[in-house]
Amino acid sequence: MEITVTVNGQQHTRNVEPRLLLVHFLRDELGLTGTHWGCDTSNCGACVVWLDEAPVKSCTVLAVMADGRRVRTVEGLGDSTGLDPVQQGFTECHGLQCGFCTPGMMLTARWLLDHHPDPSEEDIREAISGQLCRCTGYENIVKSIQWAAEHDTAAAAVPEESTVDSAEVSA
Amino acid sequence: MQVPAQFQYERATSVAHALSLLTKFGPESRIVAGGHSLIPMMKLRLAQPEALIDINGLSELARISVEDGTLYVGAMVRHADLLSSAVVGEHFPIFHDAERLIADPVVRNRGTVGGSLCQADPSEDLSAAFAAVRGEAVIEGTGGRRVVLVREFFTGPYQTVVGENEMLVQLRVPISSSASAYEKVERRAGDWAVAAVGAELRIEGTQLVSVGIGLTALGAPNFHAPEAEEYLLGGPAVDERFAEAGRIAARHCEPVADQRGPVDYKRHLAEVLTVRALRRARTRWHGNHPQEA
Repeated sequence: MEITVTVNGQQHTRNVEPRLLLVHFLRDELGLTGTHWGCDTSNCGACVVWLDEAPVKSCTVLAVMADGRRVRTVEGLGDSTGLDPVQQGFTECHGLQCGFCTPGMMLTARWLLDHHPDPSEEDIREAISGQLCRCTGYENIVKSIQWAAEHDTAAAAVPEESTVDSAEVSA
Repeated sequence: MQVPAQFQYERATSVAHALSLLTKFGPESRIVAGGHSLIPMMKLRLAQPEALIDINGLSELARISVEDGTLYVGAMVRHADLLSSAVVGEHFPIFHDAERLIADPVVRNRGTVGGSLCQADPSEDLSAAFAAVRGEAVIEGTGGRRVVLVREFFTGPYQTVVGENEMLVQLRVPISSSASAYEKVERRAGDWAVAAVGAELRIEGTQLVSVGIGLTALGAPNFHAPEAEEYLLGGPAVDERFAEAGRIAARHCEPVADQRGPVDYKRHLAEVLTVRALRRARTRWHGNHPQEA
């Protein structure tokens, strides 16, 4: 069936089978491979994207369910002026490690900070509790999100010049 | 790559439309809302519906409200919404206790209350919570609407009284002055329960004048512990009696050995968690009624 999904602000219309999962729609149909496909069982959270206003595990959502709705992937986190503070935090605090869980972690972190600009460490750990880091690098992921919380307003107001370069170096 | 088998997909525009689609596609069709129980089962081919009827557009089923002394929870209320609802926490902290332990925050953004109950997984948390507080399930069918006690909602593992041409539309719980709590042991964050117990109580003077106990993952028929409730009712709300109620609940449930533990361990948890849930509910009661403590 034909569906139209707005992904990171851009409308995409495709003809898909009802059984196509959102994660595969994003990766295979749209080529947005920043969304990672991990455990396939709703456990690991590598596939987390936003569906409208909230993060969901895209391996457990049918693409047809996203018809007429908005999706935000990791490709939609930063913009031409620089990285999102969450992305920057992951580079600053070595939250990336192998990078596999990173896109989902960052999208959940962005959502947390939007609703909870000053989260405690416990809040952060609770928010990412549905997401597995295969490197077990949770300490640095928590620090990265704390860094983002501290720099959120400043970073949004004054984009740092070196953000893109440092991301490439650290990743 | 796990992908469901092929199926026909229809989007319902109203409850009546969903019911007509159920009638049209017959017993091999299933309703999908959050899909967080159904879609994984479809990927594993444990479920292979020929048609999925998507009710995500039915916003009338996504409301939480309090009217005339009753809490109404639409079947399509997301777990995250039940957890963030102040009115739910005020009257039934048991639901907030349980929701904090159901899956993880991202899954809770999508999964629904009605979906959890209709899945009727023996380890599902809200079934015991609704059983403890004597909730009611509102079921709509082409022939009209009926109301069933949640304690009579389940007919077996993964089976409910909801018929082929019916759907669960709402849960409702009569609000009376009470306190409640939910206690769960899980292997890791967001896991299914090894065992869990919910309790609701009301105290007048020193006597328990109302008590409900729900059990999850313990093989309790209809997710509750009537023998322990009967023992407690009318007696003082004291630790010794809570301990005996725990022993009674443990004796009357039928846990099965699995990868989460042997039967003895689960019976032990039934006992310990019953006591913990009752004590926590009692603490909350006294917190809300300091003049009686």
